Amino acid sequence: MNFLKCFSAFALVTCAALITGCAAPAVNALQTDESSVQLRSVQTRAFDTTDKRKMIQTVIGTMQDLAFVIDKADYTLGTVTGTKFLNNKVVTMTVSVRPRGATQLAVRVNAQYGTSTVEDAETYQGFFTTLEKAIFLTAHQVD
Amino acid sequence: MKNGVFALRVIVLFVAVVGIFGCGAPKNFLVPGEGYMATRQLQMRQYDTKDDTQIVVAVSGVLQDLGFTLAESETELGLISANKSADATSGGQVAAALVLDVLGAVTGSYQNQMGRIDKSQIIKASVIAKPTLDGNRTIVRVTFQRLIWNASDQLSRLESIEDPAVYAKFYEGLSKAIFLEAQQI
Repeated sequence: MNFLKCFSAFALVTCAALITGCAAPAVNALQTDESSVQLRSVQTRAFDTTDKRKMIQTVIGTMQDLAFVIDKADYTLGTVTGTKFLNNKVVTMTVSVRPRGATQLAVRVNAQYGTSTVEDAETYQGFFTTLEKAIFLTAHQVD
Repeated sequence: MKNGVFALRVIVLFVAVVGIFGCGAPKNFLVPGEGYMATRQLQMRQYDTKDDTQIVVAVSGVLQDLGFTLAESETELGLISANKSADATSGGQVAAALVLDVLGAVTGSYQNQMGRIDKSQIIKASVIAKPTLDGNRTIVRVTFQRLIWNASDQLSRLESIEDPAVYAKFYEGLSKAIFLEAQQI
């Protein structure tokens, strides 16, 4: 009887885990889990500077502090892409720096952990806090 | 009552299983680790020149001297990234794997430790040269990392190279190329 209970519990848990499993079909290639507007605001901050070159170079330095290998950077696009390994998974990150109005730069960070998009606000906040300290400027929340 | 306890157990077990095999990313991994200041010191040098373009050009030459091929560059940002393939087989590791495989075969189990030994590696270097905050000097930072493939051709590790000798060799070459002394930061 006890064995039966154990077995049914095991079966139930396995089924539940399978149903809530995290594999996403290929159709979802262009979808993200959170609404894209909300995600954009989590990933973006504005800085009171127009020195794009210095900002991108500071972003590269911050990524190097976080142990990323810098794979690519493009001044015209304002993008930097880097890779690192975490718990046997590949983390890729792209940071883009674009002018925002006449006096600001907007910095947007996209990170992927394995096959999932990082959507956690606190994780991105950690990056911006490190960047703020490196460039001696405050990161402003944008809508 | 009994049923209630059973349901509770199932729920606890489910939470535990999902917790262990969950697919979400770990949180707060975009903050620097503990030893980052030491790593920075290892990787950074300062040169008494305002000409960061001259440094970038010299860096590309030094990397080629060290056997790297250039992968990406963006001179506007003072960035160069380069790769080098190398053999990653180590005698000790091969011997240990062989012993384990033989032991496995003797005891009737299939081990394939030989398939897991390091076989090849790609060393990645990325270098950035940028002006100091006051704009009078140039800071150079190089990072060396290696990606290691095992004998089954699977990417098995990616790690930062922390050996001071590697960084010293790079800066020795760079200092010679631009006729300037590298200064520790």
